Amino acid sequence: MSKVRRRRGAPSLDDVAGNGLINRRALLGSGISFAGALGATGTMNGAAAEPLADAPWSLEFGQITPALQTPSPFEKDVTRALSNPNGEFRNSHARTPHQLLGGTVTPNALHFSINHCGIPNIDPAQHKLVIHGMVRQPLEFTLESLSRYPLVSRMAFVECAGNSAPMFSKVPLQTTVQMLHGLVSNSEWTGVPLSMLLDEAGIDPKGKWLIAEGADAQMLDRSVPVKKAYDDALIAIYQNGERLMPGNGYPMRLLLPGYQGNMNVKFIRRIKVVDQPAYSYFETKNYSQILPGGKTWRFHFVMEVKSFITHPSFGLSLKEPGLYAISGVAYSGTGRIAKVLVSADGGKSWGEAALQGPIHEKAFTRFVMPWRWDGQPATLLSRAIDDGGNVQPLRAEFVAQRGEAEKPVTTPLAFPNQHYNSTTSWAVDGKGEVKHVYA
Amino acid sequence: MCTRKTIAAATLALACSAGAALAQSPGLGKPLTDADIKQWDIAILPDGTNLPPGNGTPAQGAKIFAEKCSACHGNAAKGGVAPFYPALVGGQPLTSGIDTVKTIANYYAYPTTIFDYTRRAMPYNMPRSLTDNEVYALTAYILSLNSLIGENETMDATTLPNVKMPNRDNFIMPYPDRL
Repeated sequence: MSKVRRRRGAPSLDDVAGNGLINRRALLGSGISFAGALGATGTMNGAAAEPLADAPWSLEFGQITPALQTPSPFEKDVTRALSNPNGEFRNSHARTPHQLLGGTVTPNALHFSINHCGIPNIDPAQHKLVIHGMVRQPLEFTLESLSRYPLVSRMAFVECAGNSAPMFSKVPLQTTVQMLHGLVSNSEWTGVPLSMLLDEAGIDPKGKWLIAEGADAQMLDRSVPVKKAYDDALIAIYQNGERLMPGNGYPMRLLLPGYQGNMNVKFIRRIKVVDQPAYSYFETKNYSQILPGGKTWRFHFVMEVKSFITHPSFGLSLKEPGLYAISGVAYSGTGRIAKVLVSADGGKSWGEAALQGPIHEKAFTRFVMPWRWDGQPATLLSRAIDDGGNVQPLRAEFVAQRGEAEKPVTTPLAFPNQHYNSTTSWAVDGKGEVKHVYA
Repeated sequence: MCTRKTIAAATLALACSAGAALAQSPGLGKPLTDADIKQWDIAILPDGTNLPPGNGTPAQGAKIFAEKCSACHGNAAKGGVAPFYPALVGGQPLTSGIDTVKTIANYYAYPTTIFDYTRRAMPYNMPRSLTDNEVYALTAYILSLNSLIGENETMDATTLPNVKMPNRDNFIMPYPDRL
């Protein structure tokens, strides 16, 4: 364990785990600690700076201020990755570029989206939400009427049950965080508690399930336990402060924090209270998993505790040895993130990462781990633990329970199975190039 | 005279009434009758609840399939048109691996799912355009192709829910406490 010089009162900069992981408290104590850490490596590129000159954009009147602003043209590569860019007559997926984002909020234009039959062009003035079935009085709501209810806001991730499906491959696919894990995003959602609308309709205690249905061309429907509806479900009408994006359910969607993305029915038009699940197409087929040996899971619902490192990651190479902040996102469908452990030696030793607060339940938490890269090969991975004590499984444990694809997985667009929540490992070689490995 | 106890009681009463006020709904839902909802009320339950009147046979379904479905699902539902349009017949045993392609024969738990999904979503380019008789006939045809019913069986609201799918009892619920 190496030690570095420290000022009186500054946090210890002891390595907390192998291969250069530094105590996370180094992040707390302002520049002193970082300076100490950098000084210790002695590899800061200290070449003399050029004399400063005024840049051209400082010497002319700038662009006009637009009504709707868009990112800088220099950020033109920060886009979603499309599975169906030519609009073939089939489903389409757009994946979030996590390796190019910071913080925890996914910008609306970059929120992932999956559409099984295109995005309906819904006139919000014509859209209706109906609640009926085992209720005292069937009711119809509009966007306008819902807007008069006491709205609540909360952070929540939405994750496709098939997110990270390429990780079921026996051989790690060499691709970005976006292609591996881009079917999860995190937003502040604002809407009406579903319990309030159900109470208004007067739900029959024998009604244990809801069939939630969208206004898209498949009238996509899923069965949802009434228990979840009364726990924390919303009819969401705002996403990060603005109306929902069309691909995220405009003008209203069901939000079931922590549950499979597909259950968060978009374009929601109908909720029927029933006494049994519908075994709809999507819960029967796509969102049900085959286990090794041939048994199958259904009504899985919960997206389990998970994390992945976004920086560094495949495609983001390290330019030189020195101090880096390993960073990524962690989340759990059952609660708050309690702890994220990071390893730089392929899981032989672990250090506890700093968590950026506030920590919301069923939402992204960003973790940061200071790391001094000495220029030698290193294997980085993260492991999250939630406040219910659920631990993100290591890959060997996970594969023992859930198995791997029999056939070679040749594209990250494939969905060999679902509900992958094991670890993701990045191997940094001596040149700073990052590869995807199974540690 | 205001004792500490009465203040506490008053505070509690205030807190309760404030809580009740917060939970109170503005009551803006517009009442509907079941007749108003009829066209939207399409979800079929596995016990057959909400199946409409009507019926169809595999032979009737074969003709409709050739006309309206085979362009995507292939001749006799064998697939092969494009990788993203599935075959509707056959399927490997689920012991073939966790990435086994899920099919009607090897996976579906209830036959009502076929009726429900075909009626709400097919044909892909003209959803909700099939009559209930056509949907019964197509469902009968697909079940017959998979040898799950006989070639001459008629499917209707009584017979369809009684078709037992091979994989029905092979499911496990990982979190039964969440229901």
